[in-house]
Amino acid sequence: MNFPILSSLILLPIVGALFLFFTKDKEGNNLTAKYVALFTTVVNFLISIYLWISFDQSTSSFQFVEDRVWIEGFINYKVGVDGISILFIILSTFITPICIISVNNSVKNRLRDFLIAILIMESFMIGVFCALDLVVFYLFFEAGLIPMFLIIGIWGGARRVYSAFKFFLYTLLGSVLMLVAIISIYWITGTTDVVQLYEIGIDVKYQNLLWLAFFSSFAVKTPMWPVHTWLPDAHVEAPTAGSVLLAAILLKMAGYGFIRFSLGLFPIASEVFTPLIYTLSVIAIIFTSLIALMQEDMKKLIAYSSVAHMGFVTLGIFTLQQQGIEGSIIQMISHGLVSAALFLTVGVVYDRMHSRLISTYGGLVSVIPKYSILFMLFALASLGLPGTSGFIGEFLILMGAFKDNFLVAVIASIGVILGAAYMLWLYKRVVFGKLINEDLKKILDLNRSEYFILSCLAAPILFFGFYPDPLINTIEVSVTDLINMHNSNIASK
Amino acid sequence: MENLNLVLPEIFISLSIMFLLVLGVFKKDSSKITFILSLFTILITAIITINETFSVSRETLFNESVVIDSLSSLMKIITLVGGFLVLVISSSYLKTFKIYNIEYPILILSSILGMMVMISSNDLIVFYMGLELQSLALYVLATYNRDQLKSSEAGLKYFVLSALSSGLLLYGCSLVYGFSGSTNFDIISNQLNSNEYFLTFGIVFILVGLAFKISAVPFHMWAPDVYEGSPTTVTLFFTMVPKIAALTVFIRFLYVPFLNLIDQWQMIIVFLSIASMIFGAVAAIGQTNIKRLIAYSSISHIGYTLAGLATASNEGIQSSIIYISIYVVMNLALFCCLLMLRRKDQYYEDISDLSGLSKNHPILSLCLLVILFSLAGIPPLAGFFAKFYVFIAVLEQSMYFLAIVGLLSTVVAAFYYLRIIKIIYFDKEKDKYDTDHSLWLKFSLTVSTILILLYFIFPSQLIEVVSRINII
Repeated sequence: MNFPILSSLILLPIVGALFLFFTKDKEGNNLTAKYVALFTTVVNFLISIYLWISFDQSTSSFQFVEDRVWIEGFINYKVGVDGISILFIILSTFITPICIISVNNSVKNRLRDFLIAILIMESFMIGVFCALDLVVFYLFFEAGLIPMFLIIGIWGGARRVYSAFKFFLYTLLGSVLMLVAIISIYWITGTTDVVQLYEIGIDVKYQNLLWLAFFSSFAVKTPMWPVHTWLPDAHVEAPTAGSVLLAAILLKMAGYGFIRFSLGLFPIASEVFTPLIYTLSVIAIIFTSLIALMQEDMKKLIAYSSVAHMGFVTLGIFTLQQQGIEGSIIQMISHGLVSAALFLTVGVVYDRMHSRLISTYGGLVSVIPKYSILFMLFALASLGLPGTSGFIGEFLILMGAFKDNFLVAVIASIGVILGAAYMLWLYKRVVFGKLINEDLKKILDLNRSEYFILSCLAAPILFFGFYPDPLINTIEVSVTDLINMHNSNIASK
Repeated sequence: MENLNLVLPEIFISLSIMFLLVLGVFKKDSSKITFILSLFTILITAIITINETFSVSRETLFNESVVIDSLSSLMKIITLVGGFLVLVISSSYLKTFKIYNIEYPILILSSILGMMVMISSNDLIVFYMGLELQSLALYVLATYNRDQLKSSEAGLKYFVLSALSSGLLLYGCSLVYGFSGSTNFDIISNQLNSNEYFLTFGIVFILVGLAFKISAVPFHMWAPDVYEGSPTTVTLFFTMVPKIAALTVFIRFLYVPFLNLIDQWQMIIVFLSIASMIFGAVAAIGQTNIKRLIAYSSISHIGYTLAGLATASNEGIQSSIIYISIYVVMNLALFCCLLMLRRKDQYYEDISDLSGLSKNHPILSLCLLVILFSLAGIPPLAGFFAKFYVFIAVLEQSMYFLAIVGLLSTVVAAFYYLRIIKIIYFDKEKDKYDTDHSLWLKFSLTVSTILILLYFIFPSQLIEVVSRINII
């Protein structure tokens, strides 16, 4: 038995949270708590990097698998990673320390409790991406609601109660049907172990209904049009660190779920429902881009842009082409970095001016140049400029889409243009133009920690933009295998 | 000669009750000693139950009118533990209201005795006797704070409605006896077949009577008023212990005498279950009093328990028992929190009194957070597993409608639990509450919260204990 590296990834944040729980809460800037949390998450990040290094890229089978009896003769606690999930784990462990550094200014009261919530959230997120048993997956997937509800509700903005409730109830409503589906799968096949289910396959006559049940949960979480309305509310009201976690990682759970479960377990149904996904994705891309164009609140704009970007992701996944799925995964990773960075940049000016309205700003370039440069980089990455990671993802997705369905691909390409429009317009209104607002003259440029975290995010965005090979090499074999399995399943039916 | 060791727990508890009564009459200021002795009585009874009956797979006594099997011994132990905990955390509450008298533990003991008789009954008459014994004690307990108008009102309401339901039950029993020619469950089971048209009336009457006792919709009307009016510790008793006993009787009736009539009763149970789940969830939204809210939430929890029973399978019965056991723990924890809302000898029971609790009482709020999320059925807390097992059993029988309705009503229910959490965590704080709680209260709260929180680490143990129960 090897060292249970995945379980320690899941457990370490909880241990850190427990430790914090027994320290005394101080008013104001609680440095001890911050250092403890930061230390825990950085160690976790290093472990995940070690995981990536020792990960064998030449096989698609699950690695670092742990399999323990959990409920006698029924459910096993089974975790493991393949090329697809490992990237999400690294994304989670990478984003969390950044969130923790960023809480400096945005969280004023009860810092210790906030950090505990973030740490617990991290462990649930890692759990979601490691789980190789449907019940274990569901457990982590749902458990994440509790800390996120508290993060939005306690530390959020003015309409935080409404947003927290909306977030919680929407996602819960979506998920309960998935629970019914999971239990049904158990009774149909006799197991909830994903690896075994890949081998056994699920009877065709059940697939459509089960697929829809899983879809109801993932669609809310992604979020897809028309059930996306919780996202702008949750994003706007959540504190910056909460928005970052939400955009960077929580949304990816659903995309990951689509790849791992919807495609893997229900190949026939995925084929059947591809038109549905295409339609919803295209609507999401065009419709929410247009909405984003009209927003006056910066956070809301980025929130709608997230919906549009996730539309690309779902589109790419269901092209069922190698490029499409690889593109989706890279797009998710890239969007995780970019949206996190954008929320942090908005957070920077919000902490200084206490306004998220675009009209408050204008002409920032002349007072805070460093900020403006980094903001530009992230805005360009978000619209998918070549040389940033956003480009690789969108390009691959569109390539996959053109192979599969020309019309859909054309409409989606229009979405790319719209994406450029709202992002550049936002940047123009905030950064360029005349400096009208007198208060802005006294605004300070990035301080050290802000500069540090934004550079940390900028580095991988640029690096993977020019050299995406590490990402593609990691996922390639797993995706190829997934497609082969899918095609052989289709052929045998 | 019968093996009297099997009913030793009942014999012991009856003798103790008599002794305690005599002690109370002859000794002045004996309330404290009565309390302590009652606790020991329950403890010893539980030990005897474990020793004498736990390994028995199935034995009958007294012309097969009493049955000792794994179901009865497990449920007796849960009942005893529940009774013990209620008694243990009652004393400070009773002292505050100056009703710390010898009658309280004795009434609790006698109702426990009644429940134990009910749980073991294998005969209509024995069952009815146990039922009345526990009910009479409960009527008095409901009015126990007799100087308060609400308590007396609660007792009266409970008495009238419960007597009515007992009447219905008895009528049902007499019909069943008329058709089968016997009061013994096993004989009834062999005699009955679904051809008898009027027999359905008997079954319906019995089920209605039992539904009253567990307050399933549409026979729930008494619960909110009685729960609100009774002293809080008695409410705690009401929400836990009689439900365990009534549920056991429910299981017995459905799966022993009426086993061959599944077609007749399955629809009724499914209806009771769905109605309770939905009504309990919806009606709780508008409540302002915590005890009334708990009443509605207990109605919806009973709905889930009944969903397990509706499956007509061993797994279903086992899942119901797991559900009720976990529910008992969650409920106990919730009431411990309620009993801690005390400021200068006054207890607060409005939801608005919880406002901003997390600022002044972080640990208590954290416990409430765990308990409420668990009641809402959010993983990885114990409440989720309770629902999970029930729905596994329900879906095994392909009862998709029941499962989907049940799970959707958990979303509605989540709303009102979230509302309380919102009030505790998001709202403005009020004055501090007293913190000098009795050690037992703190202990019970801590242990039950930890059980709820960490149940997911060792879920197999409870299943193992319960899986010995094979009725069908």
